[in-house]
Amino acid sequence: MSPAHLVILPILVPFLAGALLLALRDLPMPLRRRLDLVAMLLQAGIALALLAATSGGDILVYRLGDWPAPWGIVLVADRLAAWMVLVTTLLALFAAIHAGDGTDRQGRHFHVLFQMQLMGIAGAFLTGDLFNLFVFFEILLIASYGLLLHGGGAARTRAGLHYVVLNLTGSTLFLFAAGLIYASLGSLNMADLAQRAATLPADNLGLARAGGLLLFVVFGLKAALLPLFLWLPAAYANTSAPVAALFAIMTKVGAYALLRADTLLFGDLSGALAGLFDPWLRPLALATLVVGMAGALAAESLGRLAAWLVVASVGTLLTAFSLGATGIAAGLYYLPHSTFAAAALFLLAEAMRRRRLASADFFTPDADLPRHALWGGLFFAAAVAVAGLPPLSGFIGKFLILRAAPDRAVVWTVILLTAWMGVIALARAGSRLFFSLKSPDPDAPPLPVFEPHSAARELVAILGLLGLILALTLAAGPAFEFAQDAAMQLTNPAAYIGAVLGGFSAGAP
Amino acid sequence: MEALLALAIGTLAGCGVWLVLRAHTFPVVLGLTLLSYAVNLFLFATGRLVIGQPPVISAGASYTDPLPQALVLTAIVIGFAMTAFVIMLALRARAELGNDHVDGRQDNPGEGER
Repeated sequence: MSPAHLVILPILVPFLAGALLLALRDLPMPLRRRLDLVAMLLQAGIALALLAATSGGDILVYRLGDWPAPWGIVLVADRLAAWMVLVTTLLALFAAIHAGDGTDRQGRHFHVLFQMQLMGIAGAFLTGDLFNLFVFFEILLIASYGLLLHGGGAARTRAGLHYVVLNLTGSTLFLFAAGLIYASLGSLNMADLAQRAATLPADNLGLARAGGLLLFVVFGLKAALLPLFLWLPAAYANTSAPVAALFAIMTKVGAYALLRADTLLFGDLSGALAGLFDPWLRPLALATLVVGMAGALAAESLGRLAAWLVVASVGTLLTAFSLGATGIAAGLYYLPHSTFAAAALFLLAEAMRRRRLASADFFTPDADLPRHALWGGLFFAAAVAVAGLPPLSGFIGKFLILRAAPDRAVVWTVILLTAWMGVIALARAGSRLFFSLKSPDPDAPPLPVFEPHSAARELVAILGLLGLILALTLAAGPAFEFAQDAAMQLTNPAAYIGAVLGGFSAGAP
Repeated sequence: MEALLALAIGTLAGCGVWLVLRAHTFPVVLGLTLLSYAVNLFLFATGRLVIGQPPVISAGASYTDPLPQALVLTAIVIGFAMTAFVIMLALRARAELGNDHVDGRQDNPGEGER
């Protein structure tokens, strides 16, 4: 395979794997799981190759059908896109391993939907065209509807209905935004849009600003930015654990789109449109952080707590993205950490549901867990990671974000205060789950000790995610260096525009 | 023509928003459909309104912008699939929750799922 086609492979591999799994739907489940896993490992190899190809600063451009850039659709892989594809693939690998314990038997076509979801997410990261971004959003959304509802049940259906209707409304808004931007700027290629924005006639400024801010609303809905986060806790807490773990990346797709639009479409080169998001991004992100942590304090079950912490992590991430190049670098380092940590917490919530027969993952007293120390220890490690305590990468990430805001008292106050709230919420959850035991009734027969035979897969998935966090901690130097390079690339959009529209076509077939 | 089209889009979008905010799934689905009609007309208008011109770029002659037409086509196909999906979901919610309220409860609508 020639390296020229590397850019489209992260989209093609899940698509072909999904189609193959659909065609082979009568195969026994273990074989389908293995096929799913092979596709995922292949995808991980491609993501690593893409990262290696872009880490030197090259921007790979893939022109579909070899149509020249502003007219045809392009796929663009820069450092940010490669980073996001790799994070998605690693997360999906462990989510799929966890799903192999029987979640994938609760309904039909779990692995097909899973692969299509990966295709949509990878496409959203790689596309260089605004309307194509809409199409990939729809692909990832329709797969996510199927995954969210997988297994059924009243609570899941109710939360799923809200999620679907909200996202369909969001898609309509996206079309209005894309239409307004096309009407005012006359293009949909993001690099071309950035270039045209500099010479925007004053008559069209209002239209373009309206379109840009509608885009902000749409991406804010995907990212669960205040006040558009209300769908998230119910949807994530009620779906199955591997799906919730995979969805930890979905809010990051929204955050990615906000970052891309903020630095490219409304970046420094965009004349009158430059900095369109700036008045909104940081206040809303800080408010999201506070509300997310308040929700975490009020949560009654571990699943809900994890969902609220996802909202809070979006707040932290977007706060970082609003702080300029150093902030973006810190945010890009924090992003994989918060994704993996939230996913581990969702999987732990499922482990509690399976082992605490009377009260599931609710913070009410129950009989002691089998292998108390193991699950307690795993929860402790995940809690340290999520709360951002030393020595794990959450601490490094938050430290870097604070360092990027040297003279902003509000950012410091909110981030430190919410970290403290997070510690309280997690400490309360841990002590209620592991220490607050129901004293056994001396007359009643002892409860059967319940240990599902799926424990091996659960442990592999949770330990794998925690291992990724540990790797991110140990390799903090190179990872942050890469994040800094990616941030430099993002804040100098001229190279991106030149690569897409200019003559040198590094990756054209 | 511009005023007529703008009025049509505005009416469709307004009715769509009102219906989406209803508390039962059937009006919500209708509202989503109206909103998608509105956005399809809107996308069509983003290429500016022209009459009697070919939708093909030819040297010298004026033409209607072909791109919005391609966009509308894509949006119609996606909107159609999504509508079919949301109708199935609404039917399933009706079956599983016992009524067609969006929060699944008829008696005290204030007490929604957190």
